[in-house]
Amino acid sequence: MTAPAVEDLLRELTPRVLGALVRRHGQFEDCEDAVQEAVLAATVQWPADGVPDNPYGWLVTVASRRLIDHLRSDHARRERESATATEVVPEELPDTDDTLVLLFLCCHPALTPSSQTALTLRAVGGLTTAEIARAFLVPEATMAVRISRAKQRIRAAGSSFTLPSGPEREERLRVVLHVLYLIFNEGYTASSGSELHRADLAHEAIRLTRMVHAQLRDDDEVTGLLALMLLGHARREARTTAAGDLVPLDEQDRTRWDRDLIDEGTALVKAALAGPALGPYQLQAAIAATHADADSAADTDWAQVHALYLILERIAPNPMVTLNRAIALAETEGPTAGLALLATLDGDARMAGHHRLLSVRAHLLEKTGDPAGAYEHYRRAAKATASLAEQRYLQGRAARLRPRPGGP
Amino acid sequence: MKFLISMHINPAVLESLTEEEKAAIGEGHGRFIQGLKESGELINTLALVDPSQAAVVSVRNGQPAVTDGPFLESKEFLGGFYLIDCESKDRALELAAQIPDTAIEGLGVEVRQVMFADGNLDA
Repeated sequence: MTAPAVEDLLRELTPRVLGALVRRHGQFEDCEDAVQEAVLAATVQWPADGVPDNPYGWLVTVASRRLIDHLRSDHARRERESATATEVVPEELPDTDDTLVLLFLCCHPALTPSSQTALTLRAVGGLTTAEIARAFLVPEATMAVRISRAKQRIRAAGSSFTLPSGPEREERLRVVLHVLYLIFNEGYTASSGSELHRADLAHEAIRLTRMVHAQLRDDDEVTGLLALMLLGHARREARTTAAGDLVPLDEQDRTRWDRDLIDEGTALVKAALAGPALGPYQLQAAIAATHADADSAADTDWAQVHALYLILERIAPNPMVTLNRAIALAETEGPTAGLALLATLDGDARMAGHHRLLSVRAHLLEKTGDPAGAYEHYRRAAKATASLAEQRYLQGRAARLRPRPGGP
Repeated sequence: MKFLISMHINPAVLESLTEEEKAAIGEGHGRFIQGLKESGELINTLALVDPSQAAVVSVRNGQPAVTDGPFLESKEFLGGFYLIDCESKDRALELAAQIPDTAIEGLGVEVRQVMFADGNLDA
């Protein structure tokens, strides 16, 4: 088996191996270290010696031995754990997939979102600390501390390795989905930096969300989130020029959108919307599907986009949703109507000086025939963004409208 | 989110401090660095030599010209910085307020989000 194939296999097996160990021994922190060591050993040995007949069993055995070694070396201090752990190298393996339980544990509410993200990528995604550090552009030592602290916090919070039930389960699932969404977004539009995509993270988020979806097919928000990611990911090739410059939705070459992903995403949206509950991810996915359905920006069913934003605004009010609705409103009723809706956001502290508000206003001012106002707002938006790609785009828009010296 | 917290030092203000006050600043930075390392929020920190040791380089007609001293006619000079990675701008501001310099009249620190970074962060 080639190295990339081994890597894929390990990504898939890591959470199951970790789940098996944690279920047997508890002690998430020690188990996680042991599994990482076993995975590292496999990364070195399998491409050279071949993949064992039962890779899952191999990993569980190696990880269990590592765990016992660790616990033995701690023997004096923690005699009790060691005594139980020495019994273990597993003869038979439980056939349960604990991936979901593990994911819920990594998204423990005692952790900050960035710690939840890091721990999820490591424990469930099977990424090494170095890979996660690279993806988020921080030193490995910084990421190592963050992951280790996250594990300690989970231990301190005294959580058991079971799926929460009732409202708690529902609440935790929302956190899980949010974390997956954050990972996707970091890959889709890096929050800062010169590169717009960090495709690896987007891939990983989609892979993990597929995994959750496979286990919770009846949850319409899980379906909606997966659809949203697929529809967004479908546009990746068209979102930037060869030089890495951003191409806005209305100027994208839609023949470069990934049809297979769009078809899959659209089918998922339909399935989700047929269900009883309507949530924010489903609505955002439905909006993305409406865009995907149009051959050009002009052909877009803007009335439907606007209606969907209106519902989204009601069930999950957020100034960013209102901002997006203003864009749709401008398409159906004209830029002046859009600007009027934007004006309702002026008093919102969350939006004050936000580059998105400035750039949308610039765009609508340009459409109303106010190049001076548009120029000013594009410039201010360019200063307000933390993304170089976005800044280049906004500066480009501004440059097209720059007043000529001595001109009108 | 990554932020650069830069410390703009007024050398005259620093000189006016007592030895105890200077020692307290040093200890405060030590504690701050330790805290950032433990929370996993520190990327890097650098302190710069006194602005009197600065050199300004300019190239005119292909010829480099090096002059002494800081570039700006300013009372405050960049003394050093912290590069951090934290959850939000609010958290960055909260961290910045823990830097001992901020408690001294005439000194302050500036917080700005990072837009681009490259280089080996682990070096």
